[in-house]
Amino acid sequence: MAKETKKLNLNFGPQHPAAHGVLRLILQLDGEVVEKADPHIGLLHRGTEKLIENKTYSQAVPYFDRLDYVAPMNQEHAFALAIEKILKINVPARGQYIRVIFCEIGRILSHILNVTTQAMDVGALTPTLWGFEERETLMGFYEKVSGSRLHANYFRAGGVHQDLPKGLDLEIAQFCEKFPKIIDDLETLLTDNRIFKQRNVDIGIVSKQDALDYSFSGVMLRGSGVPWDLRKSQPYDCYDQLEFKIPVGKNGDCYDRYLCRIEEMRESVSIINQCLANLPKGPVKATDGKITPPPKKEIKQSMEALIHHFKLFTEGYRVDEDEIYTAVEAPKGEFGVYLISDGSSKPYKCKIRAPGFSHLQAMDYLIKGHMLADVPAVLGSMDIVFGEVDR
Amino acid sequence: MNNIESLEKAINSELASKIISSKIKHNQIYVTIEDSNLSEVMIFLKTNSLTKFRQLIDITAVDYPEKDKRFKMVYLLLSHETNSRILVDCEIKEGEIVPSLTSIFPAANWMEREVFDMYGIEFKDHPDLRRILTDYGFEGHPLRKDFPLTGHNEVRYSEEDKKVIYEPVKLEQNYRNFDYESPWEGTKYIKEQTKE
Repeated sequence: MAKETKKLNLNFGPQHPAAHGVLRLILQLDGEVVEKADPHIGLLHRGTEKLIENKTYSQAVPYFDRLDYVAPMNQEHAFALAIEKILKINVPARGQYIRVIFCEIGRILSHILNVTTQAMDVGALTPTLWGFEERETLMGFYEKVSGSRLHANYFRAGGVHQDLPKGLDLEIAQFCEKFPKIIDDLETLLTDNRIFKQRNVDIGIVSKQDALDYSFSGVMLRGSGVPWDLRKSQPYDCYDQLEFKIPVGKNGDCYDRYLCRIEEMRESVSIINQCLANLPKGPVKATDGKITPPPKKEIKQSMEALIHHFKLFTEGYRVDEDEIYTAVEAPKGEFGVYLISDGSSKPYKCKIRAPGFSHLQAMDYLIKGHMLADVPAVLGSMDIVFGEVDR
Repeated sequence: MNNIESLEKAINSELASKIISSKIKHNQIYVTIEDSNLSEVMIFLKTNSLTKFRQLIDITAVDYPEKDKRFKMVYLLLSHETNSRILVDCEIKEGEIVPSLTSIFPAANWMEREVFDMYGIEFKDHPDLRRILTDYGFEGHPLRKDFPLTGHNEVRYSEEDKKVIYEPVKLEQNYRNFDYESPWEGTKYIKEQTKE
């Protein structure tokens, strides 16, 4: 006689350490097998898009730091590029190189966090401790350049806020020399680790077609074997002058995504090295006083500079009437800004396209038929950060 | 880019009757269509061998309260094959129901839920049209221009009731919106006075 079984509804989160933030996941279980997953998001919704509509363009930048707070500058980059394209501003070469350096630092920051916490979710604590030491150094660079470890507000339309402080390029170069060894060490802990492989290989497989249909981007897409990276295919800033490879996965499982991230960190180090070696001299932001604030020194001597300064920090600069979508390759995937300007100093509409939103959407499809214990592994490999999912 | 111009031409000739206007700007194609043709246009853009816009990047709406057709739906698509982006938009009236794209792009599911949540636009044949980002039991549609920035309700933990309670928003100071327009160009009221 068949035994009667009952389905179990399990509430995973919103306060669960493996949910990577405030995710409430309602799982329908048959024994230990997940039949359905219904993610409830929005617990970290702060109304960023509404707030941006009520702020000037320069006041809107800090909101982008608070989206994916693991790699803040990459997001500012998308917003800055959108404004620059509308206003047709050319960013000086040095500004572009500095931006790329810090974008790649952001990528390493994000990937360290993801790789190591993914390891922690499946039971390995040591990588987290090792990785966070390096994150600390990198956030130190953020602090030195912008004054703040996380919420940088550093990339402005027209360039970056200020030049690198003296000696910082050497420090970053030293880090780049040392860091590949750290990646090797992390790999000795994880790549051939029996438990790590058992928990990740053949888990959460995404086929090429599904990756496209669910509008995956970044590592989630490349892990499934689609060689698509906006830095290569639609280069922005100085990425077209740099040489780097795009790691692509084969099976589209959690393990391949981990391998992609490890390789991307190595490529990022090489990009930073190239930028530092060729770092041009000159201004770091556009010199148009109508867009970027004048140097402090000039304010004391030049009436015009004083007026510019006053206007920029009260009214802000105006952006011509236009409609644009710009995207950058953020560590988690395609991060885009759809901006509608109406000629005033505030955006009429600013839609933020966060990669994590589409990735999390596929949770139900990815986890169906897996065991409950695979939920953290899949979530971890998706690289979810709720700042950007909930906006 | 030549590529994108020929692509625009191809789309225009194939979909001639369905397209109201199209242009190329910022290296992207902008197409305006009637909302009744939405599904057909999307299927064409996704499956046609010339276009192959196989990734739906985002769906959003824009609110123009002063217009008769209040909302503009915007669909952003990306083609890996031709390395190009297209923005498809259509204007709709308030209360009009838009066809859902979930059967064409599975990714449209949450995007449409977000539009529903933020603008109150409903979608036909959507499998699961619930609010997504706002609180359980939330009222109103925050991204509409007539929704106040401060919102209507605030939440706090009440020590007396020993639970989280909702109260109307009370602010010590109202949100201030200054008029920074340059006095040399004349603020709005001066411009209006001089006109008369």
